[in-house]
Amino acid sequence: MSTPKKPEQIHTRIWLEEQEPDNPFAAKTAYCHGYDVYGELLGQARWTEMLYLLFRGEAPTDTQTRLLDTLALALANPGPRDQSVHAAMCGGVGGSTAASCLIAALAVGAGQLSGGRELFLSMELWNACGTDLASWYTRFAMPADTTVSLWPAPAHPPGFDPHGVSTATPVLQTLTCLAEISDAPLLPWLQAHLSDLETAAGLPLALSGVAAAALVDLGFTPEQGEMLYLLLRLPGAAVHALEQKQLGYKKFPFFSIELENDPAGGSP
Amino acid sequence: MNGPDFLQQHTDRLKSRMGACFPGERAVFRGHDLHAELRDMDWVELFVFGITGRRFPPQQLRLLHAIWVYTSYPDARIWNNRVAALAGSSRSTPTLALAASLAVSEATVYGGYPSISAFDFFMRTRKKIAQGEHVEEIIHSERQTRRIYGYGRPITSADERLPWLLDRARELCLDQGPYLRIAFDVERVLLKDNPLLRMNYAGLVAALSLDLGFSAREFHLFRFPMTFAGMPPCFLESSQETEGAFLPLSCAHIVYEGTPKRSWQSRTARPA
Repeated sequence: MSTPKKPEQIHTRIWLEEQEPDNPFAAKTAYCHGYDVYGELLGQARWTEMLYLLFRGEAPTDTQTRLLDTLALALANPGPRDQSVHAAMCGGVGGSTAASCLIAALAVGAGQLSGGRELFLSMELWNACGTDLASWYTRFAMPADTTVSLWPAPAHPPGFDPHGVSTATPVLQTLTCLAEISDAPLLPWLQAHLSDLETAAGLPLALSGVAAAALVDLGFTPEQGEMLYLLLRLPGAAVHALEQKQLGYKKFPFFSIELENDPAGGSP
Repeated sequence: MNGPDFLQQHTDRLKSRMGACFPGERAVFRGHDLHAELRDMDWVELFVFGITGRRFPPQQLRLLHAIWVYTSYPDARIWNNRVAALAGSSRSTPTLALAASLAVSEATVYGGYPSISAFDFFMRTRKKIAQGEHVEEIIHSERQTRRIYGYGRPITSADERLPWLLDRARELCLDQGPYLRIAFDVERVLLKDNPLLRMNYAGLVAALSLDLGFSAREFHLFRFPMTFAGMPPCFLESSQETEGAFLPLSCAHIVYEGTPKRSWQSRTARPA
């Protein structure tokens, strides 16, 4: 008989579970970073406090809770024009599974145009430049990083709107609201130097840039911020997918196509 | 033109050279009638035609098939396959299972990133050789700034897939390309320093694909379903078991290494 193998184990600094006496596969208690989730947090902590606790390992201050709560509201629905929501609606209108609608929103909303990767790169930029305007100018003047990656080379400064003319009103409203709440340095500085920063970038600020500053102010790493941003934008994708499912495909645009190399010379 | 004027030009209509469906009539695929002209293509042939716009001769297609076949392992312990198996066990759908498995295959430790990094390294190396640099110098300077992908393996330095794929390349007379020669030259240099740095599958596939004329973007797209055929068996097996029976984790499987128990009520010491 062979020696029994050491059981396989998953290591975590986040979650502790104690088993029910009659079943090792059922948890009697669950602790998140030391706090009893079902015995104490339930009914006392808010959803955004739990989010912050999960990611950061500590309870947020009241200001941090308010800041994250406000950011979550601003990001909750990118709206049906957003490409990630458009993707979710393509799932909904065709009667695809709920998960596939969210997967579609995540995949499209993961990229470097308004997506999770843009948020990640923007947070890196905030970490590198902070409140030093000269550093922002230097960074924007640097040639794009050509190191091979799973991602394409960035086509615009992250956190700014490549197709914008001026700062969009919701971006300004979000920045104003978040800067009033924040007790950390970036958001108030961004509000005070918005025009300088937009001049340096040559583009108006985007909501992703505001979110990136807020998430750095909240103490998140770019990796954590990217995950959170992906999550926080999903509610809108979900409801628009459900709505299009209900409205049906006859009301959903199919658009015309101009085929430039049709062997029969036609157009659908 | 930029900003809203640029976007306005693109509203409500799609311009394409890739294709279109004429419902009830026909479909066009990269300038060809799919049914009238391309119906005899096998699936990989159509896939790479869609990616590159080029027709690959039969020998090259056999090599592309082999690249996919030789690394499709239905081992549900492997991370991407495990996703498919977990989906089967939790009674999700086959499509969600396979889509998620493929998505996680675009990883940095294995799969997507090492492949495209090796591809990029060989492209740069060939350019530098053409400019008169020696492989030793190139490797030395490369190692100053980044890791060289395409060599070495975490568990064992031997890669069981290599002799088979090399044999197939030889049999098809596709083993004499300049990039494959560079890949072996690099291996010779690396092995002098570290006998574990033998070429791995990512390196070999990248070199062979470069010799077949793939660009980096085309290669990224071609390699994406490389392990796909191993995934459906993983999903099937776990979905045929009792639900939840795939590698269940008890509370004892989880080792907690975080903050000791504390009270939410007593967190009042926190700053306001």
